[in-house]
Amino acid sequence: MQDAALGTEIEFVDLVKKESGVDVNVCMQCGTCVGGCVQEWTMDYNSRRITGFILNDQKKEALSSKAIWVCAGCHTCTARCPRGVDLAKVMDTLRIMSKREGLVHKEAKGIPLFNDIFLKLIKTFGRMYEPGLLMGHNLLSGNLLKDMEKGPSMFLKGKLSLLPTKIKGLDEIKEIFRKVEEMEG
Amino acid sequence: MSKYAYYPGCSLHATAKEYDLSTRKVSQALGIELVEIDDWNCCGATPAHSSSHLLSLALPARNLARAERSGFEVLVSPCAACSSRHKFVNKEINEDQELKAKVNEVLPYPYNGGVEVKNFLDMISEIVCGDNGFDKVKKPLKGLKAVCYYGCLLTRPVEVTEFDNPDNPTSMDKILEVLGAEVLPWFPKTKCCGGSFALGKVELVVERVGQLLKEAKEIGAECIVVACPMCQANLDMRQGEVKRKFKTSYKMPIPYFTELLGVALSLDQNELGLDKHMTDLRPLLRSKNLI
Repeated sequence: MQDAALGTEIEFVDLVKKESGVDVNVCMQCGTCVGGCVQEWTMDYNSRRITGFILNDQKKEALSSKAIWVCAGCHTCTARCPRGVDLAKVMDTLRIMSKREGLVHKEAKGIPLFNDIFLKLIKTFGRMYEPGLLMGHNLLSGNLLKDMEKGPSMFLKGKLSLLPTKIKGLDEIKEIFRKVEEMEG
Repeated sequence: MSKYAYYPGCSLHATAKEYDLSTRKVSQALGIELVEIDDWNCCGATPAHSSSHLLSLALPARNLARAERSGFEVLVSPCAACSSRHKFVNKEINEDQELKAKVNEVLPYPYNGGVEVKNFLDMISEIVCGDNGFDKVKKPLKGLKAVCYYGCLLTRPVEVTEFDNPDNPTSMDKILEVLGAEVLPWFPKTKCCGGSFALGKVELVVERVGQLLKEAKEIGAECIVVACPMCQANLDMRQGEVKRKFKTSYKMPIPYFTELLGVALSLDQNELGLDKHMTDLRPLLRSKNLI
């Protein structure tokens, strides 16, 4: 693909390195990452295939995979990689790219949706407001009653508050979000 | 009395209320003074680092900056995810001055990188398993068959967490042993619970939790002891769905290590929040004459 700034071809592996700081070139495709992966059973391509896509310049295959979204970010692959590839960090970068380029796998759309609502709540209150997270997610995912049966007993145990807590320095949080968005374009 | 900046994080003010209560109670009993950081904000957790690297550092960095401005040298958090996110800030900005400048550009006040981040489990491990021994146990947890579950973020990546071992950590096991419990060796102790999929893709959590409960029950564990509010919420609150999917009812209590420490120190059970679990912990403790 084209590097906008240089006008030259840039390989996907270099793009991943630029954004994540991780050099996947050292991956020897041994599959140790797959051996320890607890989510492998629900992935369309296992983690070795994902690094394979990166090495083979198959950007679209990597970014439109379900695997990058069902990765739980548990860092077992990173801890065990004999070549020192921080695959958990690469997965973060692939998720960010996938969302940016509109390539999120259809079975995984609920995950970035959850992330967006979570961040929106932090921007609004400065802290997490769990009932808002649950209701917002259920509303937008069209699954209105999910987990609602747990609400009353959690409320009685003092684990749910009816109203959110707003922090005093909310303007500071909004400013952090604004500046990050500005710097990242 | 040693004084520390305390970061409870959002979960400890909500679904993990008993983790906050028991942390504060045992701290008091052990002479650790925790001072909650004034006006702290959410660390951003997984949604932040899945969305923007800079945001994932800036949110916890504001808390560290506030602790630094108040003169604290150490920030303590009992939450595995929160402590991980705050530790990431120190690790990344101290290794990369350019990144440090970028983080400071978006912060309302600068963070110089001078606040050490500790997970509460690390702190308790130093006290309970230190060279001087621990003579404060009033009610040994005799006959309690427990497995310790560490999950992911407490232990990995080890360069960030500086935890004892990424695959087979033992610090919580050792604490529980000092408290008198019978700690069973349990290999799934660091296998992820599905963590952040708690709402976004709950079926993945039910699958993981079902597997973990099965593997704990099989070796005769009576409870799974945790140090993370996400692990606790998933293991405790998803037992109903696990029962529906796998046709097995586990009724496995999921105590925080701080609650069991509080019980061993003979602290008031109501002040520890023992009544707040979905799978009631108290019948098990009563059957062992611990409460």
